[in-house]
Amino acid sequence: MTTFANYLDTVLFAVFPYVAMVLFLVGTIHRYRSESFTYSSLSSQLLENKQHFWAVVPFHYGIITVLTGHIVAFLIPRQFLLFNSKPLRLYILEVSALIFGITTLVSLLAIIARRFTDPRVRVVTTKADWFLYGMLLLQVFCGVYVAIFYRWGSAWFAASASPYLWSLLKLRPEIAVIAAMPFAVKLHIVNAWLVIAFFPFTRLVHILVVPNQYLFRKRQVVRWYRRPQMARS
Amino acid sequence: MDVRSQISMVFHLDKCIGCHTCSIACKNIWTDRKGTEYMWWNNVETKPGTGYPTRWEDQEKYSGGWELKGGRLELRSTSKSKIVFNIFHNPHMPSMDDYYEPWTYDYGNLFNAPEGCDQPTAKPISLVNGKYLDIDAGPNWDDDLGGSRVYAANDPNLEGMNEEQRAQLAAVERLVMFYFPRICNHCLNPACVAACPSGAMYKRGEDGIVLVDQKRCRAWRACVAACPYKKVFYNWQTGKSEKCILCFPRLETGQAPACFHSCVGRIRYLGILLYDAERIEEIAKSSDENLIDAHRSIILDPYDPQVIEGARANGIHDSVIEAAQKSPVYLWVKLWKLALPPHIEFRTLPMLFYVPPMSPVMAQKDGDIISHTSDDLFHDIDQARLPMQYLARLFGAGHDGKVRYALRKQKAVRAYRRWLTVGDISEATVDRMLREADTTRDEVEAIYRLTSLCTFEDRFVIPPMYREEAIEMLQDPMEAKQSAGFGFMEGPSRGL
Repeated sequence: MTTFANYLDTVLFAVFPYVAMVLFLVGTIHRYRSESFTYSSLSSQLLENKQHFWAVVPFHYGIITVLTGHIVAFLIPRQFLLFNSKPLRLYILEVSALIFGITTLVSLLAIIARRFTDPRVRVVTTKADWFLYGMLLLQVFCGVYVAIFYRWGSAWFAASASPYLWSLLKLRPEIAVIAAMPFAVKLHIVNAWLVIAFFPFTRLVHILVVPNQYLFRKRQVVRWYRRPQMARS
Repeated sequence: MDVRSQISMVFHLDKCIGCHTCSIACKNIWTDRKGTEYMWWNNVETKPGTGYPTRWEDQEKYSGGWELKGGRLELRSTSKSKIVFNIFHNPHMPSMDDYYEPWTYDYGNLFNAPEGCDQPTAKPISLVNGKYLDIDAGPNWDDDLGGSRVYAANDPNLEGMNEEQRAQLAAVERLVMFYFPRICNHCLNPACVAACPSGAMYKRGEDGIVLVDQKRCRAWRACVAACPYKKVFYNWQTGKSEKCILCFPRLETGQAPACFHSCVGRIRYLGILLYDAERIEEIAKSSDENLIDAHRSIILDPYDPQVIEGARANGIHDSVIEAAQKSPVYLWVKLWKLALPPHIEFRTLPMLFYVPPMSPVMAQKDGDIISHTSDDLFHDIDQARLPMQYLARLFGAGHDGKVRYALRKQKAVRAYRRWLTVGDISEATVDRMLREADTTRDEVEAIYRLTSLCTFEDRFVIPPMYREEAIEMLQDPMEAKQSAGFGFMEGPSRGL
C-alpha cells in the first residue's frame, strides 16, 4: 500500500507537472498560430449586463490578488518568510489573503450561477467552459479550505511549496515535503497542474492576450495597403 | 500638410421616404449570420424618436465619443488608465435589451399543429436560445412614431426645449416626423479605434474606411461603448466586434455600397474628400459653436495646386484626385454648405453628412379648418413644424446658424424652381430670396440638378482603388471561390 502511495505521489507530483507544462507550452503556442481567431474569452456581457458586473469584477480582482501572492511567495520565498517574521504582518497578510480567497469563491459561484440560470448566457457556454468552472471551483474551494484549516499558509508555502516548485524547474523533483502534506493541500496542487494542462484549450488563454500595448500606443490606428512615401515638406 | 483621401457620404433627408430598402439590402448581404441577427449596420430611424439602440444619443447613459477636459481631448467612456479597471466589465456597454432580442417564428406549427378549435399560430422564437419569446422590442419598434407619442417623448434631442417648442411638434395630427437613416460615419477621429485595447480597429489609409481586424479583436468591447453613434456591434457568437464596412469589396470593384445602390429615394451621395490629417486633433478640440466651420476647413480644395501636390506626395493616385474634383460630397458639404455632420459635438468628426429636412409649414387648426399664416419669405423655416432648436441639436451641436443657412438655401432653390415652372412668384421676389439665402442662380440650378435629376454617376463618384489589383497579384481569387468570401476563414467554435 505504501509503495502504491509512493508511486502515485511520484506520478502526480513529479511526472504530471512536466506533462502539464509541456501541454501548456505546446498548446498555447500551437493554438495561437493555428486558431488565433478564438484566442480570447468569449464575453457574454452583451447578453446579460447586470449580474455580469457583480460576478466577473470581484472574481478577477480576487483571483489576480491571490495568484499574485502565490507567485511572489514562489519567486522570493526568503524575503516572504522575512516579511512574516513579525506576527502582526503575518496576521494581516493571512487575513487579507483569506478575504480575497473568499471573494473569489463567492464570485466564482455567482459566475457559475449566472451561466446556469440566464437562458441567453447558457447558449454561449461550451462544455469546455463547464469543465473549466468545475476545475476552478475545486481549486478555489480547496484553497480557501486550506487557508482556514491549515493556517499560516503564507509562511509554510514559502518553506515547502516554493522549494518543490523550484526543484521541478531544476529538473530534480523533490516531493518528500509535498508527499507528507494533508489531502486538501495535495488536491490543490494536483488540480493546479490540471488547470495548467487544460489552459490552452479553454477561455483562460485570454490571460495571455491582455492588451499591454494600449497604454503606450497612439490613439488612432491607420493601416496602409501600400505605405506611401511620406515625402512631406 | 498631410493630404489624405476619404470616402465620404451625404444623405439628403428631404428626399428620404423611410422605406428601409437600404437596411434590408445591407442585412441580406452582411448581417444574416448567427450572432449578427440583432445588428443593423444600416438602420432608418423616425425622428423625433428614441432610435436604435434605445436613446443612443444620450451620452449620460452610454458615455460615447470624446469630451474636452481642460483643453485635452479624452474619450468619455475610458481613459488610458481607466481601461485597466474597465476591462473585465465595461460599465457603458449596452446590453442586448437596449437593442432587441432577435427572433424568428415557429412556422412549422402552422402545418403540424394537431386538429383543434383554434387557428394555429406561428409563435415567435428567440434566435439566441431557440425558446419561445414574448416580443417587447424590435428593429424599428418606434417606426413612424409607433402610433403614439410615447417614443418620441423620450428623444434625447428634446431636452432643453421649452413647452412652446414641444407644443409646436404636436400641433397638428399630434406629431411631426422625419426619417434619419444611419450607417457608420467612418469618422476622421474615430472613438472606437481610439478605445480598442487590442489595436484591432483601424482606419484604412487609402480611403478612410474604418474596420475591425477580426483576428486581433479579443472581445474587450471598448469600441461598442466608445462609439457615440453606437455603430459598432458585438457578435455574441464569435466574440468579435463588427461594423459597417462601407461595402469595401463592392467599392473596390467600382460598385456603390449596397445601401447606396438600393436607395429608392436616391438620397445618398458618395465621393472622395481630401483632408489634412495633421489638423485632426486641433479641429476636434474646437469649441461647440466653431466645430462645423472647423470641420469644413479640414476638407481641402481638390483644385488647389498645393493640395494636389501634397496629395501626390502622399501617394494619392491622380485618378483619386480627379474623383475628388468630381465629388458630389464636396459640393454639398464645402461649396454649398447644405450638408451638416450629425451630432458633431461628439467630436469624432463624422464623414457622413446630412442635408437637413424641410418640414411641413406650421399651421393653425381652427375647428376643422387648417390655415397657414405667412408674410416673411422664409417664414416656413422658423414656423416649420420641426422646431429649429430640434434640428440644431441634431445637426448643429445646439447652434442653429448653420442649419438655418442650409434650410434657407433649400427654400431659395424651391422658390427659384417655382418661379421657372409655375410662375406665380415674381422674378424680383426670387432674386431677393437668392440674395438673402447667400446664393446665385447658377448655384441654385446646380443644387436643383444634383437633388432632382441626378444620375447614378452623379451620385456615386468612386475612384478605381487599385487594392483589388494588388491583392490579385498575391493570390488567385478563384482559389478562394466557394471557400471564403461570405463564410469564415477560420471556424468560430470554441472549447473542446
